[in-house]
Amino acid sequence: MTPDPDADARGLRRGVPLIDGIEKVTGRARYTSDLEHAGALVGAIFRSPASHGEIVRLDVSRARALEGVVAVVTGEDCPHTYGVLPVAMNEYPMARGRVRYRGEPIAAVAAIDAETAERATRLIELELRELPPYYTSEAARAPGATLLHDNKPGNVEREVHHDFGDWQQGLAAADLVREATIACEEVNHAQIEPHACLMDYDPITERLTVQSVSQVGYYLHLMLARCLEIDTSRIRVVKPFIGGGFGARVEVLNFEIITALLARAAAGKVLMRLSREETFLTHRARPQTDITIRLGMMRDGKITACTCDVIQRGGAYAGYGIVTILYAGALLQGLYDIPALRYNGYRVYANLPPCGAMRGHGSVDTRHAFECLLDRMARDLGLDPFAVRRANLLHAPSRTMNDLMINSYGLAECLDQVERASRWRDRLGKLPNGKGLGMACSHYVSGAAKPIHWTGEPHAVVNVRLDFDCGISAFTGAADIGQGSSTMVAIAVAETLGVALDRVRVVAADSAVTPKDNGAYSSRITFMVGNAAIDAANKLKEILVAAAAAKLEAHPDEIELIGETFRVGSGGQASLPFAEVAKAALVDRGAITVTGAFTCPPESQGGRHKGGAVGSTMGFSYAAQVVEVSVDDATGAVTVDQVWTALDCGHAINPLAVEGQIQGSVWMGMGQAMCEETRYIEGLPAHASLLEYRMPTIAESPPIEVHIVETHDPYGPFGAKEASEGALAGFPPAFVNAIANAIGVDLDALPVTPERVMDALIQRRRQTRLATRLKAAS
Amino acid sequence: MHGPSPQPKKRLLRLKLNGRWREDAVAEQELLVDYLREVANLTGVKIGCDGGECGACTVLVDGEAVPSCITLAVRCGNRSVETIEGLATQGRLSRLQRAFHEKLGTQCGFCTPGMIMAAEALLRRNPNPTDDEIRGALSGNLCRCTGYVKIIESVQAAAEPPHDS
Repeated sequence: MTPDPDADARGLRRGVPLIDGIEKVTGRARYTSDLEHAGALVGAIFRSPASHGEIVRLDVSRARALEGVVAVVTGEDCPHTYGVLPVAMNEYPMARGRVRYRGEPIAAVAAIDAETAERATRLIELELRELPPYYTSEAARAPGATLLHDNKPGNVEREVHHDFGDWQQGLAAADLVREATIACEEVNHAQIEPHACLMDYDPITERLTVQSVSQVGYYLHLMLARCLEIDTSRIRVVKPFIGGGFGARVEVLNFEIITALLARAAAGKVLMRLSREETFLTHRARPQTDITIRLGMMRDGKITACTCDVIQRGGAYAGYGIVTILYAGALLQGLYDIPALRYNGYRVYANLPPCGAMRGHGSVDTRHAFECLLDRMARDLGLDPFAVRRANLLHAPSRTMNDLMINSYGLAECLDQVERASRWRDRLGKLPNGKGLGMACSHYVSGAAKPIHWTGEPHAVVNVRLDFDCGISAFTGAADIGQGSSTMVAIAVAETLGVALDRVRVVAADSAVTPKDNGAYSSRITFMVGNAAIDAANKLKEILVAAAAAKLEAHPDEIELIGETFRVGSGGQASLPFAEVAKAALVDRGAITVTGAFTCPPESQGGRHKGGAVGSTMGFSYAAQVVEVSVDDATGAVTVDQVWTALDCGHAINPLAVEGQIQGSVWMGMGQAMCEETRYIEGLPAHASLLEYRMPTIAESPPIEVHIVETHDPYGPFGAKEASEGALAGFPPAFVNAIANAIGVDLDALPVTPERVMDALIQRRRQTRLATRLKAAS
Repeated sequence: MHGPSPQPKKRLLRLKLNGRWREDAVAEQELLVDYLREVANLTGVKIGCDGGECGACTVLVDGEAVPSCITLAVRCGNRSVETIEGLATQGRLSRLQRAFHEKLGTQCGFCTPGMIMAAEALLRRNPNPTDDEIRGALSGNLCRCTGYVKIIESVQAAAEPPHDS
């Protein structure tokens, strides 16, 4: 399974543009709200005005009576819960009996136009008996607090207690033990495309056709069947172009089920376009998190033990919460050698929109705390930040204490690359006043080795077809959401077969046509779907080689396919062009479809401890980065001058896309580090626009230099691992460490706003003055 | 008890859209973005926010980049409006389109039409912009995928003088 040696000649090592890029730059790409919707009704959602309450009366009769209104649905129309985790579905598409956050859907309208639909929602009458709302983990967990969900005492959705190794002994033996308490605000995916879906219900055939912004059409398919009580065979889910995901659209979202309910009630087609404000409400993003972390360390930087307590404010419903709180603990491992670890995690309910998965799912905030503490301890021990990381490297192959497989490990090389590129040794401590350098490391899974909806099926299936036109079509259920996964599939097939990239067409994410796929989450597509694509292409190659061998009167082992030409042996004289061989192969069997598959073996699926599957993967990506900042100590404003990142993605199948993914993920980490946060005032989102939710603009975004490290993972497709998430979590700590280097102040909260920098500076000045006075007095 | 929504007053709008004159009856309140998407079927013009926040709807009005979601359609009477659909002519991508494609200035692609139109306005008035000038001209256009690095590279590549080979 070596890459085609001819690939260099075809420019593949430099990378190729996205196979759907021309549609995007010409405006031809149709996103959900661009779809042909002639004759479609328009949906609108009526939402709870209160954070917590019992529904005493809901009257939709005036809305129903409004001319132009075709259908109205409420919680009465759907008695089924939905959710991403089979063990934690506790949410209704529209509230039944009780509302738990401000903005929760209660009813919905389909009307002839948007204005009529909006007017109708204003005619809905609602009476609530308000219950006490809780907006912080602390308030929700306080003794005597009203329970959001009756079966969850203390409003704790899930507690996790993991103990690996003798952490007490590890701390006792350490030369230095230090603790940090770090708080990270809730942040949002803020993908630029607002949520939308188009649901078409045909009452005559009783079939539902679904087009939505989903990253995982398969989950959407399952949940629509469940909530509408329709047989899965009567549903078709088609993915249009998608304007970003970052985890926002992994879980099925309430508006998708609501719109399907409306379409059925209206016996037709309904288009739902959420506003930006509603898109922020319907978010499933990274929760506000409180972390207390403690490390034991020897003088040489070797870590002896780690304890970590994490509290996540998960919002009003379960969503992905159990997985997020498990990830936060599990992924403390897998980056460094940690001989003993105790983890206590608490996922807490609060009266806010539910959180979920966001790029770097579960790992980002704990990694931030860990890497900040590591730097502080390095300083205490007089060690260089690079040295303290190098003192704790893992090796491959190995297993961590919590049974995660380490099959390839390029962190050492990542460290070397960014140290060199940033001229760390020459420049650290020699920068002008107010400037600083910081660094940190991070990692991420290349796909969860155990899928959420466990069925026993392969983790990925790809069909490849060859027909009379000599075009090769690859069919995959994997959702390209802009990350370039369809391009990856095309390259995997083309390189395996030895044909030109433009001979390969990728048909993606249409349940009527493409094989089921677990979707775009946990950076699984390259690893799993890439392997399945290679498997399928190899099967097709076998058929073609047999046909070529028959025609050339040679043994199949002697046949080589390079540059669309079949030859006998290398440099052999006898050769056949691709089209001739393809036609010969078709004579025997007609149109050829082969199926490739990939499965993560049981030994990769995590330990036997409770929750042990979360964090398990066949391959971790590894990243190191250096951040250079300038701090203005008069205003507290921090500027990022430059970032150097190195990421071990095993092998870059498309280096151009890998670079783009790394830059995007580093930049998203920068947003969380510098300015992004959601804010709620009595449960009302105060951030729900792209002006209030501050993310970095082009004006304040730094150059991000990327170094790709290739460790050739033994199980990855061509040796590849993920490249889209691993670098994100390293930015916030590298940034905070750089600020510490610049102005000597350790910051314990994200985002690092100018206010927080000023507060820290003022506090330090006070302490310095106090110390000077005390010294003078003594 | 509640009648249909009252019909808004309409006016005849005559404008040059992607090089061709046309006339349509549009409501006085109608936003340019809705006219372009719903009437002219130019769905390359994107809506990413609730008004004037993201730049995804950027089009050119008489060569100047404007957010079409906070512009009234009737304000464009007798003016030239250009959208992303008008850039590729005679089967060829424009220099910016080609650069955004080849340099991966586009990932999910949702901000791309607005981004390219804002860059188009810049390059028309300033064919050789500095890095800071590119950042200034595109600072009203949000992208969530790229970290902007490859967007800047794309604009720089498009701005370079063409090589006649």
